[in-house]
Amino acid sequence: MLKLNHVSMTFNPGTVNEKKALNDLSLHLAPGDFATIVGSNGAGKSTLFGSIAGSFWPDTGSVVLDGQDITFLPAHVRSKQIGHLFQDPMRGTAPHMTIEENLALAYLRTEKSKSSFFSRVNKKDKELFREHLALLGMGLEDRMSQPVGLLSGGQRQALTLLMATLVTPKLLLLDEHTAALDPATAEKVLALTRDIVAQRHITCLMITHNMHSALELGNRTLMMNAGRIVLDVQGEERAHMTVDDLLARFAAGAGQALDNDRILLSSEAR
Amino acid sequence: MTSFFTLAIVQSALEVGFIYALVAMALFLSYSVLNIADLSTDNCFILGCAVGSTVALAGHPFLGLFAAMAAGVCSGFVTAFLQTRLGVESILAGIIVNTGLYTINLMAMGFTSNLNLFKCTTIFTLARDVLEPVIGSWYKLAVAVFITLLAALALRLFLTTRLGLSIRATGDNADMVRASSINPAFTITVGLCVSGSLTALSGAVLGQYQKSCDINLGQGMVTIALASLIIGETLVGRQKISHRLFASILGSVIYRFVVAIALRMNVPAECLKLVSAIIVAVAISSPQVKVLIGRSRRKAAARAAKKEGV
Repeated sequence: MLKLNHVSMTFNPGTVNEKKALNDLSLHLAPGDFATIVGSNGAGKSTLFGSIAGSFWPDTGSVVLDGQDITFLPAHVRSKQIGHLFQDPMRGTAPHMTIEENLALAYLRTEKSKSSFFSRVNKKDKELFREHLALLGMGLEDRMSQPVGLLSGGQRQALTLLMATLVTPKLLLLDEHTAALDPATAEKVLALTRDIVAQRHITCLMITHNMHSALELGNRTLMMNAGRIVLDVQGEERAHMTVDDLLARFAAGAGQALDNDRILLSSEAR
Repeated sequence: MTSFFTLAIVQSALEVGFIYALVAMALFLSYSVLNIADLSTDNCFILGCAVGSTVALAGHPFLGLFAAMAAGVCSGFVTAFLQTRLGVESILAGIIVNTGLYTINLMAMGFTSNLNLFKCTTIFTLARDVLEPVIGSWYKLAVAVFITLLAALALRLFLTTRLGLSIRATGDNADMVRASSINPAFTITVGLCVSGSLTALSGAVLGQYQKSCDINLGQGMVTIALASLIIGETLVGRQKISHRLFASILGSVIYRFVVAIALRMNVPAECLKLVSAIIVAVAISSPQVKVLIGRSRRKAAARAAKKEGV
C-alpha cells in the first residue's frame, strides 16, 4: 500500500545545524498493515510522517501510495487519501466552528463532493454525522451545534480521529496522538483507534513513546534511529517479544546505549 | 430632539450607513473570518467608485455596479496572489496593492482626480422615477437598503456552503483545512476576492449616491469600516453568521449617527478621522485593558489582605 524508496532528507544542509533527518530510508507497508514506530527524539519519526503527508519534499527518493507516486504532490491533495493526527488535540479541528461544520469539512474529501462546493450540509449528511459521533460513545451526537472549542482535549482528539476516517483513508498517520491526554482518556482514544482501523482495514502508521502499546497494538513494530529503520518485527517474532527485548534490540540495532529517558520511563510505567 | 435631528439628517445617516455597511461586511469576511488585515480596502473602495462612476457616465448605471464588483475581485485576487503564492506578508501585500491601485484608479477615471455625475442617470435617479410618487424622499434609502440586504443575504448563503465553511475554517485552523483536502491558498483567494467585490460595490453605490467620485474619497476607509464592525459586534455579539452580518450593518449605521451628532455639535469634519481612529484603538485594546485593570485590582486586594493580616 505504501512504499518509501531510499528517502533521504537533510535539514539546513551545509551549515553547523545540518541534520540528516532521514538517511536512505526504505519501507514497505502491505495493505491493512498497522505498524507502530518507536525511537528516541530526533530519530526522524516525525520527518518520516512529514515526507509521507507532504509537509515537505524529500531530497532524494520517492513515496508511492497504492501504486501512485505522491512524492511531489501538495499536502492538501494527499490528504484526500491520507489521514494525519498530531499530538496536539487543537491541531485537527476548527475551534470556533460547530462539530457539525467540522465534520462537514472533513466530508469534503469524498470524491463526489468535489463537484458540490456550493452544496450545504443536508439532512442525510447530518444523520450520517450523528451515527458516526454516537460510535465514539462520548455523547457528542447531542452537541452537534456546539463549537468544538468547548470540547475537552480527549473529545477533540476523538473527533479528529473521526474526521480523519469519516471518508476511509488509504493510510492513517498517528503522530503520538494520545500523548497529550490523561491515561484514561488516552486508553479510550486508543481503543477507538484500534476499532476503527480494524473495522475498515485501514493501513496505519503510529508513532508512540509507550513501549507497551508499541508491541500490543497493530501487527508490526518498527524502531527508528538516526534517520533509519533499525528494527522491523512482525508475526511470530513480535508475538514473543517483551518490552525488555525491545529495549535490548534497540541498543543492539543502534549500536549505542539508550539515552532517552522518555522511553525508559514509559516502559517502566507499565 | 426633532430640532437636533432633522428628518434629512436621519435619512442621510441611514442611507450612508447602509452603503458603507458593505465595506464593514467585506472587513467582516477578511478581518474577522479570514483573520487577515487587508489594507488594500481604502483604494479598493475608490476603485469601485471610479469604475462604477465611469461606466455610469457611459450610460450604464447597473452595469457600473457589476463592473465595479469585477474590478474589486481583481484587486482582491492580486492581494491574495501576493500573499498565498509569492510569500509576501499579508499586511504588506495589502499596502502594495493599495499603492498600486492609486494609479489604476486615476486610469479608471481618465486621469482626472474628480468625476462629476450630476447630469447622468444613476440607479438612484432611476429609482426616483419609480419610487418617489410612492414613498417620497425615502427612495434613496430604499435603494441602499435593498442592495445591502441583498449582499448580506448572498454572503450569508455563501458562507454556509461547503466552500464558505472552508473559508471560515481557514481563519480558524489552516492545518485542518489542508487536512480536508482543500488548499488554504485557494480559500484565502476566494475570500479576498469576495471581500474586494463588496468593498468596490460599496464605492460604486456611494459614487452614484453622491453623484461624484474623488481620488481621495476612500482615505481611512479601512479604519472607519473596522470601527463600524467592532461597534456592531460589541452590541450584537459574535455567535451566528447572520447575527454578525446584521452587526456590521447596525455598526455602520450607528457610526454614521455618531458622525451626524458630531457634525451637529459643530465638531469640524476634519476631526472625524481622529474620532474613528480612537474608536478602533479603544475597541480593539479593550480586552487587554480589562485584563490589566483586573490584575491591578487583584494586586491591590492582595496587598490590603496582607496589611489586615499583619
